[in-house]
Amino acid sequence: MATRHSRSAARLMMAPAVVLLLGWMLVPLTMTLWFSFRKYLPLRGGDLGFVGFENYGRFLSSSSFWPAVQTTLVIVGGVLIVSVVLGILLALLLDQPIWGQGVVRILVIAPFFVMPTVSALVWKNMFMDPVNGILAHLWRFFGAEPVQWLSQASIPSIIMIVSWQWLPFATLILLTAIQSLDSEQLEAAEMDGAPPLKRFAYIILPHLARAITIVILIQTIFLLSIFAEIFVTTGGAFGTRTLTYLIFQRVLENQNVGLGSAGGVYAIILANIVALFLMRIVGRNLDA
Amino acid sequence: MGRITLENITKSFGTTEVIPPLDLTIEDGEFTVFVGPSGCGKSTLLRLIAGLEDVTSGKVSIDGTDATMVPPAKRGLAMVFQSYALYPHMSVRKNIAFPLRMAKMDPGEITRRVESAADVLNLTDYLDRRPGQLSGGQRQRVAIGRAIVREPAAFLFDEPLSNLDAALRVGMRLEISELHERLKTTMIYVTHDQVEAMTMADKIVVLRAGHIEQVGSPLDLYRTPRNTFVAGFIGSPKMNLIDGAEAAKHDAHTIGIRPEHIEVSEAGGPWSGVVGVSEHLGSDTFFHIHDTGLAETLTVRAGGEVGFRHGDRVSLTPRADALHRFDDKGLRL
Repeated sequence: MATRHSRSAARLMMAPAVVLLLGWMLVPLTMTLWFSFRKYLPLRGGDLGFVGFENYGRFLSSSSFWPAVQTTLVIVGGVLIVSVVLGILLALLLDQPIWGQGVVRILVIAPFFVMPTVSALVWKNMFMDPVNGILAHLWRFFGAEPVQWLSQASIPSIIMIVSWQWLPFATLILLTAIQSLDSEQLEAAEMDGAPPLKRFAYIILPHLARAITIVILIQTIFLLSIFAEIFVTTGGAFGTRTLTYLIFQRVLENQNVGLGSAGGVYAIILANIVALFLMRIVGRNLDA
Repeated sequence: MGRITLENITKSFGTTEVIPPLDLTIEDGEFTVFVGPSGCGKSTLLRLIAGLEDVTSGKVSIDGTDATMVPPAKRGLAMVFQSYALYPHMSVRKNIAFPLRMAKMDPGEITRRVESAADVLNLTDYLDRRPGQLSGGQRQRVAIGRAIVREPAAFLFDEPLSNLDAALRVGMRLEISELHERLKTTMIYVTHDQVEAMTMADKIVVLRAGHIEQVGSPLDLYRTPRNTFVAGFIGSPKMNLIDGAEAAKHDAHTIGIRPEHIEVSEAGGPWSGVVGVSEHLGSDTFFHIHDTGLAETLTVRAGGEVGFRHGDRVSLTPRADALHRFDDKGLRL
């Protein structure tokens, strides 16, 4: 019933949501843009007026900028690879009929319910602690020198922690996708002479393409802004300073709101570049 | 070549026995139809032959060699599924070529075979489309194409026409029959539709609850059904089965008479009743006759121009030579 009357009613009904969402997005964005052009040092004189593009220049020319961008991309890429690959394997495993399937599935989802701060602390103190951590005990059991995870292998450690949190999400989406595969297709492939690995490559993986795309796009949005995991583990040291963390340091540790805001605008640009690349690479899976 | 023998095979899922011990031979080049009501085990039997299910006990032989433990791909059989099971992300060409690619065949030979199969099935114009862009009948043909390129010892069809509309089903039925005439390969076809069974089969296997009720040519089954189940299942509309005093007159527990073997007239026959619903098909008219004192309703076929109306009292004359007699266990006398 797309009459003119019902269409204008629909617009009226949607208006509150649209206004709310626009405000939600536009107010912080405008404020960030506004502060990024001002010299604003809360503890050293407050708002000192417009400085043009000075903040942008200083943020970009800082020696920590490009390493931070690189770290961000490495962590995002690493977590995506680990969670998608392990997610596919786990989903294949959970699709098998096993005893206690319901309980196992809930256990697999469990990490997703743990707050990022808590899970990072658990990993830091219970697994990766070089003296009392489980991993240290394991290393010593085999006679090896325990690894000082967060200082010697800082980025892999962060990737491990974040992947652990996001694996349930990937597994869950991929599992539902696997379950929607018509079993007759697999049987047809079996009759056609495809052994299990080829059935995976030619039938299951193409079927999962769309779900994998969704996992990658959604995870990227959240992974570009990971913060708590870094804050409670390394505090940005040992080469784990991401762009998000750099902005936090500029605003709160250096008390320079203008510089941090300029960094925020760069983060928006970086997110858009990543999104553009992702849509080019995997976005076509969403059509059809 | 494609002679398939089942010796004493059984299949159980957990503790429920789906197929009790069963023997069956399918001769080379034969078009065999498994027919029965849903849940009778006909699809399971087909899957046992295909190797998609393992037999619980017994022996499956193909061309004299024991294939019981041979994996599905090595049995040299091709299967057409009810849902067609086409690979949605591959073009028609790649779908048809898939079994050949899996067999690591020479690319030139693959192209040649795919194109000749497409030619046979009128798919040449659609080779570069995806299955999603095809109609039901075309998808069905792609599924058949994927089966014939392998040049299998036998084709297995699992209710392949049940997803098509009525007109298309008649067309595809003819195409499959023609394909069989041309290829002369063994075909095993599962259906619950007795019309498909009657029109296509060289040999019909009627199944009920995993048991073979009767095996024979369509006309054998029509003329001499071995029991009341086959009598009621084969033939459309169903045979009229009459118990009681009328049957006792013929020294039987039950007698059966097909609708086409009863003559309907205004008066003069041994039976009479009141016309209920009449179905006019143009060429024929089916009358459902009530109040005969024999069975709840009797179905009678008459010519298309016979004009009895609802509520008319009519007289019925069964053809004495077309009467089927069954004992108290439902077996033919």
